[in-house]
Amino acid sequence: MLVNLYNSFYNALIPGQRYLAYLDGLKVTLLISFFAILLGIAIGILVAVIKVTAINSNARWLQAICNLYINIIRGTPLMVQLLIIYNLIFTSRNTNELVVGAVCFGINSGAYVAEIIRAGIESIDRGQMEAGRSLGLNYVQTMRMIILPQAVRNILPALGNEFITLIKETSVAGVIAVTDLTKAAQYVGSRTWDILPPLVIAAICYLIMVIGLSKLLSIFERRMAKGDRH
Amino acid sequence: MIVTKNLQKSFGNHMVLNGIDETIQKGEKVVVIGPSGSGKSTFLRCLNLLETPTGGEIWFEGMNITDKKTDINRIRCKMGMVFQQFNLFPHLSVLENITLAPVKLGLMTKEEAKEKAYELLQRIGLTEKAEAYPNQLSGGQKQRIAIIRALAMNPDVMLFDEPTSALDPEMVGEVLDLMAQLADEGMTMVVVTHEMRFARKVATRILFMDEGKIVEQNTPEEFFDHPSHPRLKEFLSKIL
Repeated sequence: MLVNLYNSFYNALIPGQRYLAYLDGLKVTLLISFFAILLGIAIGILVAVIKVTAINSNARWLQAICNLYINIIRGTPLMVQLLIIYNLIFTSRNTNELVVGAVCFGINSGAYVAEIIRAGIESIDRGQMEAGRSLGLNYVQTMRMIILPQAVRNILPALGNEFITLIKETSVAGVIAVTDLTKAAQYVGSRTWDILPPLVIAAICYLIMVIGLSKLLSIFERRMAKGDRH
Repeated sequence: MIVTKNLQKSFGNHMVLNGIDETIQKGEKVVVIGPSGSGKSTFLRCLNLLETPTGGEIWFEGMNITDKKTDINRIRCKMGMVFQQFNLFPHLSVLENITLAPVKLGLMTKEEAKEKAYELLQRIGLTEKAEAYPNQLSGGQKQRIAIIRALAMNPDVMLFDEPTSALDPEMVGEVLDLMAQLADEGMTMVVVTHEMRFARKVATRILFMDEGKIVEQNTPEEFFDHPSHPRLKEFLSKIL
């Protein structure tokens, strides 16, 4: 029984250098996740700042656009978004699927990150903005140097959650012909006629990535908490 | 130095400032008192446009700052402001709190700003707190840091919005002492406060506000000893 188990995992990993398939898949998953997170943060900050700024100005239409974006992204399934963006927008067949994946997951994540950051900005006492402005800093400077650093500190756990979700969600990237970790495991399974071991291996890889990210975030959190000591 | 002409501010239908014409000269220490809801804080906050007036004009050093074309950020560099809730930046050390604005605005180099900050810290006897974070300070220390943070910009006028109202009673003294020192050095000050002893001692002029208007103003002696407006008499009889 144990020997059987050993054999099936051996078959899923070693013959024909199958472990390389996982590594390639892992690389794709990491690349998509990394660039999607960066894009998500960029979009998230932009949308969140527009949303909190537009309330007190006459640029209401900008806020309407942001709300539309958030509603559409949050209101439709990720896989459908992925397929639509892949088939509709990147119609040319020689597009790089990896880029499409990163862009798509980034756009998706941006909507969630925007709402998290907005909540973070709104959690900062408005006296902070007033103090910054009264010292002669302009709105953007105050936002960047005073409000956002404090907001990010408050929302780091929620942001970490979002990134973890994002990493795991990239497992549907297979539908646009990207060979990510999950897809790679499926390929190996179709070769060995034994799908479970490769999937378990993939699951372990995801688990390690997520745990690593959580560790990284908690280190980051501790470093940012230095102003909190009493 | 500061002139307001028919200054008005309303929130919705609620008229908070009801046409204020006032001139504050260089070197004056003007204390604004009045019952809560009388518009004194709003008046002060309008002076550096933290509240946007809904009518009238404000002139500062010969410039109409209510004009849309005026660069308000440059004006604010010349107007220090101290808040009731201190509003120190909790994620920055004391030193960074003081040097942030002068350095980022290009008014001083990092070294100059640091030197200035230590000079100011030494003055209030808190040099050893330079690397501390605001949460490690007492209320009185926070407010004194907030005052020197504003001073680091070399302002021409200092605005104080109830600077001692959020302090423990035993810490009020140290903040008022620092403010009195500033006054002695000739700083132009506009102070909204409930500290009547401070007003009597330091003010060159006291304004009494009620329902969005300045209903009486006078020198401290006349103001406290011979109030004329019935509303002021009533107010003084309640608090003194």
